[in-house]
Amino acid sequence: MDFWPLIKVLPIRTHFRFVRLAKIAALLSVIAVVGSLAASLLPFKAPCGGLACGIDFEGGTVLEISTAPKAVDLAKAREGLRGLGIGDVQVQAFGAPSSAMIRFQTPAGRDGSGTIRLVQSHLTDSLGAVKFVRTDLVGPKVSNELLGKGLLGLGLAILAMLFYIWFRFELQFGLGAVAALFHDVLLTFGLIALLRIEFDLKAVAAILTIIGYSMNDTVVVFDRFRENLRKYKRMPLGEVIDMSINEMLTRTIITSFTAVLALIALAVFGGPSLYGLSIIMLFGIVIGTYSSIYIAAPVIMLWGVKRLDEEPEVLKPAPARR
Amino acid sequence: MMTISRWKVVLVILATVLGFLFTLPNLLPSDIRSKLPAFMPHKTLNLGLDLQGGSYLLYSVDAEALRTERLNNLAEDIRTTLREKEIAFSDLAVAGGQIGLRVTDQAKVSEAANLLRRTVGTPLAGAAGGRDVTIATAPDQRLRVAFVPEALDAATASAVEQSIEIVRRRIDQMGTKEPDIARQGKDRIVIQAAGESDPQRLQNVIGQTAKLTFQMVDDSATPQDVAAGRVPPGSEILPSTDGFSPNYIVKRRSVVTGEMLTSAQPSFDQNGASAVHFRFNGVGARRFGDVTRDNIGKRFAIVLDKKVISAPVIQSAITGGSGEITGHFTPESANDLSVLLRAGALPAPLKVEEQRTVGAELGADAVQAGTTSAIVGLVATMVFMLLIYGGLFGGISLIALGVNALMIIGVMSFTQATLTLPGIAGLILTLAVAVDANVLIYERMRDELRAGRSLITAMDAGFSRAMGTIFDANMTHIFSALIMFNLGSGPVKGFAWTLAIGVFTTVFSAVLVTQVLLAWWFRAARPKTLPIA
Repeated sequence: MDFWPLIKVLPIRTHFRFVRLAKIAALLSVIAVVGSLAASLLPFKAPCGGLACGIDFEGGTVLEISTAPKAVDLAKAREGLRGLGIGDVQVQAFGAPSSAMIRFQTPAGRDGSGTIRLVQSHLTDSLGAVKFVRTDLVGPKVSNELLGKGLLGLGLAILAMLFYIWFRFELQFGLGAVAALFHDVLLTFGLIALLRIEFDLKAVAAILTIIGYSMNDTVVVFDRFRENLRKYKRMPLGEVIDMSINEMLTRTIITSFTAVLALIALAVFGGPSLYGLSIIMLFGIVIGTYSSIYIAAPVIMLWGVKRLDEEPEVLKPAPARR
Repeated sequence: MMTISRWKVVLVILATVLGFLFTLPNLLPSDIRSKLPAFMPHKTLNLGLDLQGGSYLLYSVDAEALRTERLNNLAEDIRTTLREKEIAFSDLAVAGGQIGLRVTDQAKVSEAANLLRRTVGTPLAGAAGGRDVTIATAPDQRLRVAFVPEALDAATASAVEQSIEIVRRRIDQMGTKEPDIARQGKDRIVIQAAGESDPQRLQNVIGQTAKLTFQMVDDSATPQDVAAGRVPPGSEILPSTDGFSPNYIVKRRSVVTGEMLTSAQPSFDQNGASAVHFRFNGVGARRFGDVTRDNIGKRFAIVLDKKVISAPVIQSAITGGSGEITGHFTPESANDLSVLLRAGALPAPLKVEEQRTVGAELGADAVQAGTTSAIVGLVATMVFMLLIYGGLFGGISLIALGVNALMIIGVMSFTQATLTLPGIAGLILTLAVAVDANVLIYERMRDELRAGRSLITAMDAGFSRAMGTIFDANMTHIFSALIMFNLGSGPVKGFAWTLAIGVFTTVFSAVLVTQVLLAWWFRAARPKTLPIA
């Protein structure tokens, strides 16, 4: 029973010199951020840049069909939808082989519901018995609004965190936190672009969650950092940072691990409509942990913190007045 | 630490019991649930449309069409008014959101303007003598007539209200299970119908304006005019579905409208074909009687949503106030049309802006997948916590986790907050990360012990010092949740709900429940050291 509980076996106090690697980490992060920006913006295709735009933001219609227990004959489905005058129709497999996803844009001036009816009747003609298990239609007005709301939401979330950290700690901490958030959000966009995960409201919700969790991690490290700054007034900033991160390392690892466990369960068992969401969050948890250590804290070091004048002990009566 | 105040214990027990009671209905099969005594809660989780199947429909009132129609009606009013006073005019037309016309006699321009100012449009409620139209004179003996912007806004607003009422009446008559119909923003209507088996029929019934008018066929127009699309002033050309003529030219002014109907029922005509039998109210009956008496031998057109259903020849004066619409009806379409006519016409067409339909089967699959991943994720978290912190401290965090789960599900069942598929994901993540608060407390205790404090002070400090961190760390989720809540879409809102509720229950259970349990352990075991140190 020597290995249980594990906490007794884990190293009590690590002494990793995180700060020493900060420069290399910064370089890697900058490269990754630039790469992510390029991947998610290029080729500047409206409205989602390089991301695989979902209908939430682009507008359009998605039908999820099922021909269970038979597998969907994708070629036949494509054939049946040719020449309907609705432009480019995407037909692709979705989850189980008996399911498929059909996506198209309603041409301007046509009635959305009517077009869905037309597509459904043609699919029934070409595939036989088809169940239409999900139908989503987002009009151009709504998709514009949703995109606006989504991007505004992301901006507001970052701003809210800046002010909250500023309010609870100080401005430098807030700036460090926001640098970490931008890092996390941009890298997540890069992942969404790279894996061609659909960028829709669910993806935005996942990113907002990541913002919450990344901040959670950052706050925990900052909290200890502030405490140690007061405790060890003469210790160099870099060492205080290293010490704080090391002290919180066990907690950081345990918490990230439980989140990762849950998210893996979600990705494996949650079905196709939660897959994208869980992959995004899985990535975000890992990257959020990294950024708390290698972005948030070093940015504070770069900026410096007011240390002594913050202490109540320095409030001595001014001798010149006497 | 060991002297835990009594209210904390009471609070923890109360929360646990209530959480259990409110969660319980979700765990019982429905036949047992219905036999629960009355004082017990009966509500189960309110599943979102993506989990139970259903339709979400967002329509907007076509304000542009509404405006055009009001302008057209106004133009007809102007035409009759000027004709009655024998003021000659030309070029009466609706364009660019206003009506333009040219008074032929220069001397009569101001007379015409004054006449129109007094008579057309409707008086405004506020201003004395003010009307909802403006009449301006322009060079070349022209008059420009337009609605004041407030009148158009008010018209849109009342059209939305009316539309909601009418849509509700239509859906009620279909017998759909409690649809939720609400106004959204200035000109939108949201309809949420759970478990509707035929979303297509729902859309058919909602999407039709069902504006019924009886208009005289314009016999001054020859068949050649119809073919060439030459339309005499004051008339319009309408497509027809009657099978005799592809188009009819009819007078714009309607004789009677669907608003004057008091009843509409599916019936059969003398040949046994499906028809809709209708009855007019007093005004409608009188007008219809007059017009049919004066126009025997002529045709009138029965027009539904700008399409001529049939154009019968008037055989005799119809004074009884009732009649039959025949056309190409099936018994079903005759029934649907009766429903639409009884419920009344929409004041303006409704445009589909967003439509999301999930089949009940897909919803059930989603619930299954969500439940499986929740169980797997939680069991993994629990095993991990037991491995890391051992039976006692790990066990305490699991009990806190259990209370947390009961409270989240209890609160969600009680408030009937909607649980969506992303909401399940939020729930799993919340619970998995809820142990963070325990970890923070335990690690703090270990730190304090290592710093050389006594066991008691270390445990106390573990709680008091970890509190600030736990509070700050959880506030960040509240911000994310609040912002997500404003994103709009139903499933994402559900996600935000679970996150937000989860934050409160997590702080409560991780801090209070853990504290009470540790205090009990401490008093019972009088330990010399912590099993995790």
